[in-house]
Amino acid sequence: MSAETTPAAAAVSDVSLYDVDNPAPLIEAPRKRTKKTPKATRTNFELYGWLFMRLSGILLVVLVLGHLLIQLVLDGGVSKIGFAFVAGRWASPFWQAWDLLMLWLAMLHGANGLRTVINDYAERDTTRFWLKMLLYTATVFTVLLGTLVIFTFDPNIR
Amino acid sequence: MATPTLEKVDSAAQEASPYITVVFRIRRFNPEVSAEATWQDFAVEIDPKERVLDGLHKIKWDQDGSLTFRRSCAHGICGSDAMRINGKNRLACKTLIKDINPSKPITVEPIKGLTVLKDLVVDMEPFFQAYRDVMPFLITKGNEPTRERLQSAEDRERFDDTTKCILCAACTSSCPVFWNDGQYFGPAAIVNAHRFIFDSRDEAGEQRLEILNDKDGVWRCRTTFNCTDACPRGIEVTKAIQEVKRALITRRF
Repeated sequence: MSAETTPAAAAVSDVSLYDVDNPAPLIEAPRKRTKKTPKATRTNFELYGWLFMRLSGILLVVLVLGHLLIQLVLDGGVSKIGFAFVAGRWASPFWQAWDLLMLWLAMLHGANGLRTVINDYAERDTTRFWLKMLLYTATVFTVLLGTLVIFTFDPNIR
Repeated sequence: MATPTLEKVDSAAQEASPYITVVFRIRRFNPEVSAEATWQDFAVEIDPKERVLDGLHKIKWDQDGSLTFRRSCAHGICGSDAMRINGKNRLACKTLIKDINPSKPITVEPIKGLTVLKDLVVDMEPFFQAYRDVMPFLITKGNEPTRERLQSAEDRERFDDTTKCILCAACTSSCPVFWNDGQYFGPAAIVNAHRFIFDSRDEAGEQRLEILNDKDGVWRCRTTFNCTDACPRGIEVTKAIQEVKRALITRRF
């Protein structure tokens, strides 16, 4: 590989490919109005997304830390965690609601965060599109599966 | 200086010469020669109390006339010579050599996120496109008053900070969100929208907020504070962006 490229590179430095009449191509400027330029959006989606991140973040701090504190420290879950312990928890509608809320908030919060990360870091439109599709699929799958388990949990499963 | 003191001054002057040798490491790009940008070093005898722009002048005037950069007023007002000096966006005309460690080579690059045309000159069109998109002019309804539009000192104070913008693009080209795809409006456009949104005489604030509510508007700001650090005018850019966000939220709810 290197043996092939070395003479070519030397040739380039000897005879320039570019001159006054034939300049090197420039990178296309951003925000140039082309056919591919996305149209301006007139929705409040980003506003609600931004607000949701703040509010769900605050709620999640309480929910997650509260969950850890109550389950593991106050109720001694550290030493007796097991199928029976979880089954006992989900017999109570309070913990069902708590875990459901935590699941939905955490998944949507994380998915929205990853969506912004993909928007910020994916360089090509196709990469961006497929990464987001993968993210949405994973999110919907996890949320639905988690919800299903919380509501249809059977402690007598064999 | 009178003649008798000449000998004494001569020896003292050699020791106390203000000049030092500074190496400028400049990112050169010439599309008529190569598609690649390269670093080139220039050694310049310069007083450390001079500015980076003076160093660039010395190179262009005495060493290599092909060095290309923008500058107009050379005193921090026109905003032409924003460039990336030692990895930070600054105005070359406001950066003193002594403040940026002249014992090491001083790197000078074009600002990032915009197409480089030659050496330190970039295509500013996308930047100004975003600026024009926020309608940076007074919009009012009704008849023009026969006298000036009066404004209280407090109302003027509300947007005083954002009136200082000189459109040098140091903030926008320091923004990592802008670097990615360049679709984000950028801090400078938002600052100039802020200047009119919070102007009590202006009546199109709602329209401008709607424009900045776009998916590439203020909500793409990640509050990294690069813009506030880069601003050569000391505008609290990130704070202005946050104020626009707050205005959007409070108007909706």
